[in-house]
Amino acid sequence: MSTMKKTGHSVHQRWASAKATIGALVASSAVWLSPAAHAVNDLPGGPKVNGLNFQPAATRIAEELHGLHWFMLALCAVIFVLVFGVMFYSIVKHRKAAGYKAQELPEPLWVELGWTIVPLLIVIGMALPATKVVVAQKDTTNSDLTIKATGMQWKWGYDYLKGEGEGIGIVSTLDNAQRVMSNSGKPDAGVDDYLLKVDNPLVVPVGKKVRIITTATDVIHAWMVPAFGVKQDAIPGFVRDAWFRAEKTGDFYGQCAELCGKEHAYMPIHVKVVTAEEYTAWVDQQKKLMAAKADDPNKVWALADMIKRGESVYAANCAACHQPNGKGAGPIKPLDGSAIVTNADHNVMLNVLLNGAAGGAMPAWKQLSDTEIAAVMTYAKNSWSNKTEQIVQPAQVLAGRK
Amino acid sequence: MSAVLDHHDAHDHHHAPTGWRRWVFATNHKDIGTLYLLFSFAMLIFGGVLALGIRAELFQPGLQLVNPELFNQFTTMHGLIMVFGAIMPAFVGYANWMIPLQIGASDMAFARMNNFSFWLMIPAAVILALGFFMPGGAPAAGWTLYAPLTLQMGPSMDAAIFAMHILGASSIMGSINIIVTILNMRAPGMTLMKMPMFCWTWLITAYLLIAVIPVLAGAITMTLTDRHFGTSFFNPAGGGDPVMYQHIFWFFGHPEVYILILPAFGIVSQIIPTFARKKLFGYTSMVYATASIAILSFIVWAHHMYTTGMPVTGQLFFMYATMLIAVPTGVKVFNWIATMWKGSMTFETPMLWAVGFIFVFTMGGFTGLILSMAPIDQNLHDTYYVVAHFHYTMVAGSLFALFGGFYFWAPKWSGVMYNETLGKVHFWLSLIFFNLTFFPQHFLGLAGMPRRYADYPMQFADFNMLSSIGAFGFGTMQVFFFLFIVVPVMRGRGEKAPQKPWEAAEGLEWEVPSPAPHHTFENPPKLDATATKVIG
Repeated sequence: MSTMKKTGHSVHQRWASAKATIGALVASSAVWLSPAAHAVNDLPGGPKVNGLNFQPAATRIAEELHGLHWFMLALCAVIFVLVFGVMFYSIVKHRKAAGYKAQELPEPLWVELGWTIVPLLIVIGMALPATKVVVAQKDTTNSDLTIKATGMQWKWGYDYLKGEGEGIGIVSTLDNAQRVMSNSGKPDAGVDDYLLKVDNPLVVPVGKKVRIITTATDVIHAWMVPAFGVKQDAIPGFVRDAWFRAEKTGDFYGQCAELCGKEHAYMPIHVKVVTAEEYTAWVDQQKKLMAAKADDPNKVWALADMIKRGESVYAANCAACHQPNGKGAGPIKPLDGSAIVTNADHNVMLNVLLNGAAGGAMPAWKQLSDTEIAAVMTYAKNSWSNKTEQIVQPAQVLAGRK
Repeated sequence: MSAVLDHHDAHDHHHAPTGWRRWVFATNHKDIGTLYLLFSFAMLIFGGVLALGIRAELFQPGLQLVNPELFNQFTTMHGLIMVFGAIMPAFVGYANWMIPLQIGASDMAFARMNNFSFWLMIPAAVILALGFFMPGGAPAAGWTLYAPLTLQMGPSMDAAIFAMHILGASSIMGSINIIVTILNMRAPGMTLMKMPMFCWTWLITAYLLIAVIPVLAGAITMTLTDRHFGTSFFNPAGGGDPVMYQHIFWFFGHPEVYILILPAFGIVSQIIPTFARKKLFGYTSMVYATASIAILSFIVWAHHMYTTGMPVTGQLFFMYATMLIAVPTGVKVFNWIATMWKGSMTFETPMLWAVGFIFVFTMGGFTGLILSMAPIDQNLHDTYYVVAHFHYTMVAGSLFALFGGFYFWAPKWSGVMYNETLGKVHFWLSLIFFNLTFFPQHFLGLAGMPRRYADYPMQFADFNMLSSIGAFGFGTMQVFFFLFIVVPVMRGRGEKAPQKPWEAAEGLEWEVPSPAPHHTFENPPKLDATATKVIG
């Protein structure tokens, strides 16, 4: 057996590398202490600070997942202790340095058969309880409420298809202030719902079976709420479904779980579970809002009103990429000073909004209403250093769609 | 290297080309093996730098270093480069070096094709890497290249598809070479069931490669025509099915991950008996277990797709099939431990890596078992738990075995011993930093942090920071490995290695001098009954 001579050279290098390692550890632990000062708290219905396990269950299915996971952990722990107990015992006892002489073992067939059949039985024991849960998870029949969740780059649209609230449609986008905070590189450590706050949460009643139908308009997204034990891909051109029945009221959070492009980390899911009465009140309120919002595409708007309306459309849809200051970032083109934006021929800009540009890097925005598109165009044409005094009317957008 | 390069065996009258010609026109399996190993290490460092870019960005919440576009490019290219550029070629390098030596063959069966399959990798890697400089940057759709996100990518996506075609052609040629060499060029007396385990695992792996690389080629070609020629295989806008892409990809992808681990099993099966000073326990069952894993790998692919919305029966079938894989894998682990049992063990660096492999890889096996359960996977799919799981199998599995194999065989390649102390430092610190990097990611995944996220909620901050510190430590250790272990070995600095540096090593590679002469076994050797010794 070869043994290496310890040359002075290698000892020197060892010491140098040890010093470097200690230095790195000290430096890194100093940096590591600073987040200890962070004031972040557990987010009920969302992640815990340094959580070690699944988020607390809010549905029966999620409880089943907890149970299954504990069962598996325990099983793995027992196997781990048995297998590695034997291995480490052997490592300690059967060493040459301890004077142990190698002994070939007999290889009777029953040994190999035994350690094939016993794991097979264990695996069957695991599969049985899992099967029950799979069947329950997949049973989306007899729902009280059916909601379509549409993944879009990068937001979620919710359409209430069946049950109380039928006809309501909302779009749920990450709070733009948080998106700006993320870009700044110094997000405020005290924000408990950082990257999880949306403008319009999905509202559902407690104790009702909610069937979520997922689809997407562009690429695959995934609708996930860990506390419900639900994760379902949202696939363009296809519909899939999942269900949950929330056992308690409160706010529950999730995020998009399938890589969907650059803003993948910025399309959270917020489900607000409310009592039946609160839900009815919310539905009434939404219906009234929808009636008020139903814009007449033939209405002629004043410039100031149009800019005001456009500002909110811009913040919800455009600011994530083009920035609130209209300067863009990196490959994202600036709107401030853009010849396309300030062009007196409105169709130049309208064409980009309706059909997209830059090979899809700028998506098409056909799904916005005529009034919204007109408003956001007017806003861009009259903001920052763009002072064109041009106004785009909804009727012009309607004409441009044809 | 010079110890290998300048060595001229007394009986060696063949005048091999020298200088650059020796490498560009290389037909010698040892030279080509060396080229593969150097290439794969360069790719390991490239992929590692990308990984450190990811970990640096995730060190703290908020975007400090890269924007989300570049972040996605990093994760995608890290995956592609590590799988296709680092781990696969590294095992091909070991196959080139060791298979002819282990079966008593003079060289690989098709020497010129061998040269071609190596040199194809260089343009492929260049084309892949050039993606960073193309309009829109490198591919950013994840290493799985899911449609329809791939349809939104810039020209680098086409470059990556082209590069993967070339890499695939290279792999297929390499596999044909390995299969023909093993089946036709074994020395008389080296029956299949006397073959070293490393050859067995590679034989099975080569068949897997030939079976699934064309499937990948089909999937990415359909992506290409969807992008440019108006087809709609996967493009939903034209009636295509994005989920079909996933089925085809994972029909390749799941055997692929076993392609990355089976040769690692082979290396470990060589090292453990050597340092336990015993025969490999249950040789026959090891062969059958390897073949079973390979066959099962074809019927489990959709466990990567539990959240696409499969019917109940599909979900259950793939769950049961996946759990079954635990059985042959368990057999392998039990056999290794039985080999160690009542051995006379010593713990030189190769043995440390092999034992480390069993210990840490098995943890990856446990998390695999947990992920195989479709209901639990509903919460864990596409979270950091999955990231932790596959790094436990591919870093602590494949890479650890590769390191073990290097320390085990480098004396044969170079004729010098590596520095044992530095080797142990490399092992222990790599093991510690590896766990520091990836263990906390289990918690992140359980708590719900999705993967491929450039920024994350505050609650995940501390574990991400720990993970990043571990990653930089792990990266540093691999630079240390290159500078203080690989470079001295290549330069021939170190104690001279005897023909058989390991007391109980068995096999034909230890029947030739160290360093192995440029040409070995030019005439088929006569073997003893166990086919481990040359008797004339």
